[in-house]
Amino acid sequence: MNLNHPFSRKIFLLVIAVSIAIEGMAILVYTVKAQTQLTPSDDQVNAVASQLYCPVCENITLDVCTTPACVQWREMIREQLAQGATPAQIKAYFVQQYGLRVLTLPPPAGFNWVLYLLPPVIFLAALLLTVRFIRAHRGNGQNTPGSSGIDGGQNG
Amino acid sequence: MIANLGFGFLFIAFLISLYAIGTAIYGLCAKSHAFLESARIATIVIFPLVTLSVLSLLGLMLTGQFEYTYVFRVISQDMPLILKITALWGGQAGSLLFWVWLLAGVTAASFLWGKQKQLKALVPWAVIITMTTLAFFLFMVLFLENPFERIWLFANGQVVSSFIQPAGSFVVIPPAGFGLNPLLRNTGMVLHPPMLYLGFVTFLVPFAYAAASLITGEVSGDWMRLTRGWTLAGWIFLSAGLVLGSRWSYDLLGWGGYWSWDPVEIAALMPWLTATAFLHSAIVEERRDLFKLWNYVLVMLTFCLVILGAFLTRSGVLSSVHAFSGSSIGPVFFILIGLIFVTSLGLLLWRWNSLTASGELHSIFSRESLFLFNNILFVCLFLICLTGVLFPILSEVFTGQQVTVGAQWYKSTTGPLFALLLLLMGIVPLSVWGASSAKRLGNELWKPAVVSLLIPTGLLLAGIRSWGAVLALWLAGLVILVLFYDFWRTVSAWRSAMHEPLLASGFRLLLGNHRRYGGLLVHLGVVLMAVGIVGIEFFQTQTQVTIQQGSSFSFHGDTLHFDGLTTPGTTDDHEITLAVLTVDAGNGKTFSLAPCVDNYTAQAQSVTVPGVWSTPAGDLYIVLVDWQSSATTSATFRVYYNPLIDWLWIGAVVLILGGLFAFWPAKSVQERGQPT
Repeated sequence: MNLNHPFSRKIFLLVIAVSIAIEGMAILVYTVKAQTQLTPSDDQVNAVASQLYCPVCENITLDVCTTPACVQWREMIREQLAQGATPAQIKAYFVQQYGLRVLTLPPPAGFNWVLYLLPPVIFLAALLLTVRFIRAHRGNGQNTPGSSGIDGGQNG
Repeated sequence: MIANLGFGFLFIAFLISLYAIGTAIYGLCAKSHAFLESARIATIVIFPLVTLSVLSLLGLMLTGQFEYTYVFRVISQDMPLILKITALWGGQAGSLLFWVWLLAGVTAASFLWGKQKQLKALVPWAVIITMTTLAFFLFMVLFLENPFERIWLFANGQVVSSFIQPAGSFVVIPPAGFGLNPLLRNTGMVLHPPMLYLGFVTFLVPFAYAAASLITGEVSGDWMRLTRGWTLAGWIFLSAGLVLGSRWSYDLLGWGGYWSWDPVEIAALMPWLTATAFLHSAIVEERRDLFKLWNYVLVMLTFCLVILGAFLTRSGVLSSVHAFSGSSIGPVFFILIGLIFVTSLGLLLWRWNSLTASGELHSIFSRESLFLFNNILFVCLFLICLTGVLFPILSEVFTGQQVTVGAQWYKSTTGPLFALLLLLMGIVPLSVWGASSAKRLGNELWKPAVVSLLIPTGLLLAGIRSWGAVLALWLAGLVILVLFYDFWRTVSAWRSAMHEPLLASGFRLLLGNHRRYGGLLVHLGVVLMAVGIVGIEFFQTQTQVTIQQGSSFSFHGDTLHFDGLTTPGTTDDHEITLAVLTVDAGNGKTFSLAPCVDNYTAQAQSVTVPGVWSTPAGDLYIVLVDWQSSATTSATFRVYYNPLIDWLWIGAVVLILGGLFAFWPAKSVQERGQPT
């Protein structure tokens, strides 16, 4: 290409300008995209924080706690999310730092199994006792006519 | 001087409680009516003495006597009068005195207006039991959590709190007090603790008479019938206390919820669960002579749980087992719980054989069997709650690990049981006592059951795919349909039998059977509450946004415009930062919301007060999280939409009204005329 030719020079400058513009736009898009990806929203932070208890207050989850310390912990969650940490990794970090009490639910392991097994055991035991009670007090059903209980003053 | 008088009145009350115990025991041994009557009168005298002590403390609080430790901790000069009064139950020592006052009041009322003639044989033992309990609490207030202690300073700078002046010290008179905990400076707190405490202490009366009947061997069930009013009153107060606490949490804690499954909340819920079970099973004993032993267990368990709840929340054991040993009242509470529990268990074992009821269960579809299932569910709920509350303590004791049992565990374990309770509430009103069968129950139930299927069908057609919510709303609908179907059917039968207008029949039936229809009104309240709970638990939406002044954002179909921040003046020691938002709800409907943060500098504590727009469809609930007011004003808001939540509060009001309706004495239907 003969750059001394005015038309060729114009085309050359145009190509350069378009290239710079495309590159600039690419950088801009990349930056915006990167910022979007690297700054988790408040809702993303709260979704993780709601699964953790405030390490210093009693029975308040981290997403709603208003103490300055909790504000800092929420920012820490934001930073860790920005660095690509998963919610499980963030929870593991908090457990490592402050102990199991920060979890809203103790992990099903060791002594904690008691917590998970007792409710069904309680329910089944109650059912068994009920069945035993009914068998022990079963009548023949012949001598007592049914009444709806809507005609008396002392019924439920 | 006033403090000495207050302490003196309490001390005399303590001595009289011991006198009542001793006199009652002597009267029983010597079979002396005069001594027994003297013991009964002594129980009544204690109340005015404790009242004078409470008035003494209030006098110190209202006049700002800051040399008294309790006054210094809970009062500041600029607090409004109402808060200075409610500060009586704003701290440990004062609330314990308040508890003692209510306990003395309920005890005095029960011996003054109780059915003494019918329960004559039980009264001396009831005196011993109530006075022993009261003496324990008086001892705690007098010697462990004395609200009349003053602040003393030693020459070496050491500060102590003591009722009697320590040698070498002089009294300190601070110029101002610390002031009430900011979270307690709310109208909800005016009524919530008194209601809760009244509920707790009232259960002492049925407990005392139940224990007295076991001691005397008078296990005919008279104690239960004649103390029914006290049990129901305790249940109403406790229900009101729980609901007011829930509303306070919704209005003041700014977390968008109504119940956090906090151990303190659960400590109050557990006796409510067992008391509710008792109110149901007591009906079965009256009607069918069943569940006699079970009723004793429930009524005694309820009072044990009241004391356990007080112990758990006051001893510090919930935050850590190590806090228990540091607590002054923890060990004494522990002794009291042990005494009550061991005595109750011992009495039950002693009378076990005589408590075998003679009634029979004729069918698992009879009303008494369904009541049995209802009781089992309530007790399972109580045991699950107890597991959740005690597990962190047990974990710390056995493994050294501190753990927290959060709301998620409670919701997943109790949710199915609450659903089963709803199902029973839908079936029981149409069941019959005695002989029954699946066919008979089915014949009664099929019409409302078929109509109720329109609810899940409609919900599924509306695109709702949350199966838990569909199931719960279907059950709620079934209960409401059954309640109205049953009422309509009965009123129609009355109308044709009595040949009177429908409305007259309805009123006659309602007014003639307070107990039944009060109970059913309570059920209606529970169902409405369930609808509110389903709404917020399954369909709550939330987001957090940061916006500049003058900007808008959209949420749940509304456009919220941030108008700006203001800092209105206050009369007491706090600063308010208030955000003003204009909400455009569409169709030209606009309204303003003003969430704020109250910052109490002296206590270094903030209180987040949400801005709430309530409709029966749902609440728009906005919390001011953070703000910047330098060059450009911006603020961060957390916004919730809580569907149907109003029905929780409406249902709670219906529930309390139902309880009051059931409590109100009425002539039976028979007295008003039976249909032929």
